[in-house]
Amino acid sequence: MKILVAVKRVVDYNVKVRVKSDNSGVDIANVKMSMNPFDEIAVEEAVRLKEAGVATEIVVVSAGPTQCQETLRTALAIGADRAILVETESELQPLAVAKLLKALVDKEQAQMMILGKQAIDDDSNQTGQMLASLLDIPQGTFASQVVVTDGKASVTREVDGGLETLALTLPAVITTDLRLNEPRYVTLPNIMKAKKKVIDIVKPEDLGVDISPRLKTIKVEEPPKRSAGVMVADVAALIEKLKNEAKVI
Amino acid sequence: MAALVIAEHDNLSLKAATLNAVAAALQCSPEVDILVAGNQSDAAAQAAAQIAGVSKVIQIDAPNLADQLAEPLAAQILALASSYTHVLAPATANGKNVLPRVAAKLDVAQLSDVTKIVSPDTFERPIYAGNAIATVQSSDPIKIITVRTTGFDPVSAAGGSAAIEKHAVAADAGKSAFVGRELTKSDRPELTAAKIIVSGGRGLGSGEKYQELIAPLADKLGAALGASRAAVDAGYVPNDYQVGQTGKIVAPQLYVAVGISGAIQHLAGMKDSKVIVAINKDPEAPIFSVADYGLVADLFTAVPELTKALG
Repeated sequence: MKILVAVKRVVDYNVKVRVKSDNSGVDIANVKMSMNPFDEIAVEEAVRLKEAGVATEIVVVSAGPTQCQETLRTALAIGADRAILVETESELQPLAVAKLLKALVDKEQAQMMILGKQAIDDDSNQTGQMLASLLDIPQGTFASQVVVTDGKASVTREVDGGLETLALTLPAVITTDLRLNEPRYVTLPNIMKAKKKVIDIVKPEDLGVDISPRLKTIKVEEPPKRSAGVMVADVAALIEKLKNEAKVI
Repeated sequence: MAALVIAEHDNLSLKAATLNAVAAALQCSPEVDILVAGNQSDAAAQAAAQIAGVSKVIQIDAPNLADQLAEPLAAQILALASSYTHVLAPATANGKNVLPRVAAKLDVAQLSDVTKIVSPDTFERPIYAGNAIATVQSSDPIKIITVRTTGFDPVSAAGGSAAIEKHAVAADAGKSAFVGRELTKSDRPELTAAKIIVSGGRGLGSGEKYQELIAPLADKLGAALGASRAAVDAGYVPNDYQVGQTGKIVAPQLYVAVGISGAIQHLAGMKDSKVIVAINKDPEAPIFSVADYGLVADLFTAVPELTKALG
């Protein structure tokens, strides 16, 4: 079984972004970029399925500027076999990414697609579901466990009241939640090995996909700030404030 | 043209988040219909008909809709979507699961986690864990929207008298099946609907301490239980307790954060709470920057003292 994993290059989760003074977006010049944490979990899951003998090949895909090759190298170092970069400097919205991925899934004939449930920059939580829809295949989103047997994936999902389990006929799309696995640390020998692995570069036009954005960002602003609070000396003072000032208890 | 809200329900009752989505829908269009797709969902459909401001309830019953699987549910929404300018669902696990499927098939963008309707084609939504608010405009003929419930005051669950129209079920390929569900059992209020939330973090040190300290305080306050990602990852509590960027987004009247340092991902999930209390032994903890009342103290003595004093 071939697995296709999609990874996104995003501002590192430890960076607190700043809104640009002209309100055109957030300032991402000279900030640390990393693989979206949910996508790292996706790569790890694919590698574990390969180690368990379920998967035979892992193709990792990213879409964006040429620097995404660094993100792909990280995925190759975790254990993906080869990589494809859909290179573009244009803004990519989830629907466009889903269309690019669909074109590659059609070409690669992958049986399982694993994506992060959400990218921590635009917080959209759409691409996996859109990909499944475009491919007309089932989806197991927010997965905390994936078991593959006899052409079916049993996917346990994190839902609002707890967990639920679905049985999906492959091919299917899985999106990862935090508890699916803990990605391994990349070792130096694996980084060296990853340097020899192939990254194919294609353009959106090569895949016949129109990536023009559908949503126009009019402005980006700082969220309203909370006014500064007060420190209380002890529990009695806290209760007094909650009862008489905030009147919430 | 009208807006369609996808009801969040379990066939027997409507989830409160539906009321916030209806509120958002009414800001997009004066005419709002609601879809109750389920199995033996008469009770939920009747509850939907009572919602203030709803024009019509569309009820679709079929066995494969019982568990809100994305594939058959998306097929029902798609069969209806062309009659609407807006399709909205609360940004719950279900809403997030199904609506992008609908958007992709309609070849339109989705607007996720919308917090404000600026105009029928322009919306505000948080990005970067709520560290920035984007105003985005859609030129697509149908706007597909998931509604961040904390951004909209709910409409009244009573006072409406919408007609219930039963529709035939649209076909589905049947490639997904529901196997089972393990819901966290609790007599406490639901996290996203609670007026008061007590949340515990890694400062508690163990699941036993969480139960020993946080649960009694929550009981005294009639509060729901929440947790930071760190506490969930450490196995203190189940995953559905998680408050934060990738967990639940809450905005109760009172949020009590105990032993939570306040990573930006956690703050993203609770900083719209009306009153925030932080109890932490580290005076430098970022949680204090959003707290209305901060108490620097050892939680192992302060929390029992607080619980006792609330007698």
